[in-house]
Amino acid sequence: MALTRNADAVAPARRSSPLAIWFTRHISISIGSLGRLSRHPFSSLMIILVIAVTLALPAAINLIVKNARSISGSWDNALDFSVFLKRDLPEDEARALGRLIEQRADVDLVAFISASQALGDFKEHSGFGAALDQLPDNPLPHTLVVSPSAGHTSASMILLHEELGNLPETEHVQVDTEWVQRFHAILDIVRQAIAIGGALLGIAIVVIIGNTIRLDIENRRNEIEVTKLIGASNAFVRRPFLWTGFWYGLFGGLMALALVYYGLYLLQGPVARLAGLYQSNIAIAAMSLQEAAAIIGIGVFLGLFGSWFTTARHMRRIEPR
Amino acid sequence: MIQLENATKRFPGGQEALSGLSLSIDKGEMVFVTGHSGAGKSTLLRLIALIERPTSGQVIVDGQNTSRVKRRKIPAYRRQIGMVFQDHKLLYDRPVADNVALPLIIAGVGHREASRKVRAALDQVGLLHKEKRRPETLSAGEQQRVGIARAIVSRPKLLIADEPTGNLDPDLSLEVMRIFRRFNEVGVTLLIASHDISLIDRLGCRRIALEDGRLQQEPEEDVESWR
Repeated sequence: MALTRNADAVAPARRSSPLAIWFTRHISISIGSLGRLSRHPFSSLMIILVIAVTLALPAAINLIVKNARSISGSWDNALDFSVFLKRDLPEDEARALGRLIEQRADVDLVAFISASQALGDFKEHSGFGAALDQLPDNPLPHTLVVSPSAGHTSASMILLHEELGNLPETEHVQVDTEWVQRFHAILDIVRQAIAIGGALLGIAIVVIIGNTIRLDIENRRNEIEVTKLIGASNAFVRRPFLWTGFWYGLFGGLMALALVYYGLYLLQGPVARLAGLYQSNIAIAAMSLQEAAAIIGIGVFLGLFGSWFTTARHMRRIEPR
Repeated sequence: MIQLENATKRFPGGQEALSGLSLSIDKGEMVFVTGHSGAGKSTLLRLIALIERPTSGQVIVDGQNTSRVKRRKIPAYRRQIGMVFQDHKLLYDRPVADNVALPLIIAGVGHREASRKVRAALDQVGLLHKEKRRPETLSAGEQQRVGIARAIVSRPKLLIADEPTGNLDPDLSLEVMRIFRRFNEVGVTLLIASHDISLIDRLGCRRIALEDGRLQQEPEEDVESWR
C-alpha cells in the first residue's frame, strides 16, 4: 500500500519539464535527419564531398601562405648586411671598424672577411683558380658581414643600412631585403585572394546546401502539408531540414579537415627533403586547433544558413490545400 | 461551438462556394453536413479549419472569430480541432503509433505522456494491436481509424470530418460512425460532411443540407432523389 502511494507521489514529478521535452525532441529530430541522410548514402556523401572540397581549398591555400610567411619570416631574421669597404683601406683599420660597429646596440655580430680570404674562397668555389692567379693584385675589398640584433624592426634596419652606407670607409652596402618584401607583398595578395575566393566558395556551399534541401522539401511536400494541417508551425516543419543542413555542414567540415591533413601528410616527405637540401629544419606548421575548429564552424554555419535560407523561402509557400 | 454569420466564400473566378451562410452548432452536438459535391460542404469545413478565410461574414469557432486569427496563430488554432479526411492523410514513412503521436509531438508533449495517450487513442478505435504496423499494410477502414485516432489523440473539443466514410463499404462506414458516436457521448462536438444519407438517418443526428452554398430550403424532398 505504501508502495502504491509512493508511486503516485513520484508520478507527477516524473513529468518532464518543457525544456527537457524540447531537448529530447531536438535530439530525436537530429537523429531522424541523420537517419534520412544515411538512407541515401551515396548522394549524401557526394554533397558532403562537394562541401568538403569547397572548404578544404581555401583552408589549404591559407595553410600554404601561413607556412610561406613563417619561412620567409625566419629569413627576415637572418638578414645580414654585407659592407664592402674601400679597397685602399688597410686590413687592421678594417678590423677596427668592424669592432666599432659591433658596439652598436642594433648590431649583434660583425664577421670580418679579409680580401685575401675572400679571394681564396672565390678561387676554391668558382673554379677560376688558375685564371685568378694571373691577376696582378687582389681585386676584392675587405668585407664586414653585419648581423643585426634580434629585436630589430624594419625602421631600425633602414637606419642601420643608411648609417653603414654613410661611413667614409664604406664602398657599398648590400642587403637583400627587396625580394623578401616582394614575396611578402605577393603573399598579402594571395591572402586577399583567399578571402575573396573563400567568400565566393562560401556562397557556393550555401547554394549547394540550399538546393539539396529544396529538393528534400519538394520530396516531402505531402508530409509538410499534412503536418501543417494538423497544426504544425513553420518552425516545427523547418526543424528537420535545419538539422539536415547542420549535418551536411558538420560532415563537410570534418571531411575538409581530413582532406587538408591528408594533403599535409603527402607533403611531409618532399618538404623534409627540401629542408635537407637547405640544411634547415623547416617543417610544415599544421593547422592550429582554432583553425581546425574554424573550418568545422564555418561548415556548420554555412550548412545552417543554407538550410535556413531555403526553408524560410519554401515553408511559407507550402500550405495545405 | 460554431457560428457562421452570413459567411460568403467567393473564389477568384467569381463563383461562390458559400453564399451568405448562417448556421449555429452547439457544444456537444453531432451534426452532419450533406449536399451534392460542389454544394459547399468542403468549403464550410475548410473555413472552420482555417485553410480558407471567408470573403465576407464571420466564422466563429469556440468563441474565436477566425478572421481575427493571425497567420502566425493558425497552427495553434488548428491544434484545438481534430480533423479527419476522406483520404486519411497519413504519413506512410512511419508506423501507425508515430502517425497518431504527431499532434502531440507538434504540441510538445513529452515522450512518456505521448505514448500513453497514443495507446489510449488507438485503443478507442480498436487498433492497439497494430501500433507498430506501417499504414500501407492496413485496410482502408483501418487507415481511416488511424486517422481518427490521430484526430482525437490530443482530446480536442471539436472534431471535423470531411467524407470520412467516402472510401469505405457500408459495414466499415457504420463502424466509423459508431466510433464518432462514442466521442460525441463524452462531449466532443462533431461536424461531419457526408453524402451517405441512409447512414445518417440511421444515426438520427441533426442534418444541415447545403445546396449551391446555401442552406437547402426543403431537405426532405431531396433525400428521395439522392437515394
